Amino acid sequence: MSALELRVAAVEPLSPLVTRFRFEHPAGAALPLFSGGAHIVVEMPDAGVLRRNAYSLISDPMDGSGYEIAVRREDAGRGGSRFMHTQVKPGDTLRVTAPINLFSLDLRAKKHVLIGGGIGITPFLAQLRQLTRLQMPFELHYAARSRAEAAGLALLPDLPQIHVHISEEGNRMDLGAILSGQPLGTHVYTCGPEGLIAAVDDTAARLGWPKGALHSEAFLSPPPGTPFTVTLKSGRTIEVGPHQSLLEALEAAEVEVNWSCRGGACGRCETGVSACHGRIEHHDHWLSDEEKAAQTKIMPCVSRFTGEMLTLDL
Amino acid sequence: MPRTEFSPSIASRPTYAPLRPHGAAPALMLADAEGAEALLELAAADPAVMDRAHLIYIPAGAAHGPRLRDLGAKMYHEAPSFSAALERYRKALLDAKMGTQLYLAGTEGLIGQGLAEALAAGLPADAIQSEHRGSIARRMQCVHCKGITENVTTDPFTCSHCGLTLFVRDHFSRRLGAFQGVCVDAETPGIVPEMKEIKA
Ligand code: FES
Repeated sequence: MSALELRVAAVEPLSPLVTRFRFEHPAGAALPLFSGGAHIVVEMPDAGVLRRNAYSLISDPMDGSGYEIAVRREDAGRGGSRFMHTQVKPGDTLRVTAPINLFSLDLRAKKHVLIGGGIGITPFLAQLRQLTRLQMPFELHYAARSRAEAAGLALLPDLPQIHVHISEEGNRMDLGAILSGQPLGTHVYTCGPEGLIAAVDDTAARLGWPKGALHSEAFLSPPPGTPFTVTLKSGRTIEVGPHQSLLEALEAAEVEVNWSCRGGACGRCETGVSACHGRIEHHDHWLSDEEKAAQTKIMPCVSRFTGEMLTLDL
Repeated sequence: MPRTEFSPSIASRPTYAPLRPHGAAPALMLADAEGAEALLELAAADPAVMDRAHLIYIPAGAAHGPRLRDLGAKMYHEAPSFSAALERYRKALLDAKMGTQLYLAGTEGLIGQGLAEALAAGLPADAIQSEHRGSIARRMQCVHCKGITENVTTDPFTCSHCGLTLFVRDHFSRRLGAFQGVCVDAETPGIVPEMKEIKA
């Protein structure tokens, strides 16, 4: 994984739960440019545990002077976002990966419709800049529960193509209205909770949209669960704690596994299973339903196991 | 005339599945000659498919027009050739909304050009169905002079623009809606394989 050591240049609260961080090269060098929808993985050395979380870049993709992310504090989460909120100060140095894009715009589209729910607005902030620069038709719909929680409001430019839906104010997002009557060649991008993505998929299917025009990115962080043990080819066993992912446990044990998104989407961490006495809890969006049922592969970044014994091809 | 079964070839060679109705979704239908029979069967499977359909038919000498007209498409139009229909077809694509299904039926030349226009208009490939019926003549592009020769039925054939003798490849360009023809005697000028009729 190509990593960059960056200096925290700014920390700015946007709402009670969301904070913006800006990273710059310590010597002022230009950072690699990216495309809208890209993310970086931030390494967080937190009291002996090395956490790595992926965050969408919200800054201008063509601006190499810095990278910006917006982090929502998840107090029920595994601690990564809490670390960012409580430990990271301007002037600190953090290791981040080079940008990777698993949620890029399809530039063959004639028009782009972006639908962001809550913190799911983040990838669209960079895409907006890209679309504006390319002068492509688009509309953006941002849904949040309340104005106080809608951190994106501070980051969205004032453009007529941007529609804000605050459900507390009775202005709920009407997906049927958004997806009806869109011109041929429109692509739709959804980022937010799984429920929002499912609702967009259902509405689009009802209106006869082809699947190839629908794109989504779920914010998937490794779910906690009951502790379990895996066995390696050598016979060595590794314990996975309740708030640790299998990938993190393997890394802590210095077992080499490829990874990129750490959110069950990219496929890089796919690992073979040579024996499974129990049930793999698949949480990824990578393996097909048949592959999941076969229990011969696991995505260690998000998936867990319950049962007697799981032997990995590692 | 039944659906054509083509022999398996390279991945680039288009394959055609029978048309399947998508209910009463808005539809654009483009057919030539025997392609009419595919639309007749489509409507027989689910008459609702015609409720919001705009049907453009190029008879090319076939006598299916009256039966197609009677299917009750929301709009029905006959044109003498693809180029005569093109203006209307482009306008229909321009006005179409996401959710529109495109049905193409007939010769490979018609399907290829209909597909190329639809993709250029932004319609995703998974909203397009096509079924081959009728002549297996091909629309060929000469890779040397770039000219298109319509209705090629033999291999090799003579490019109608530059006059080279071209080998009929299965390599198909979705952007152009045409197969690629490559000079057959480039290395041994004048030594040309025996001309054969193209097979499905
Ligand atoms: S790292 Fe991307 S799927 Fe696991």
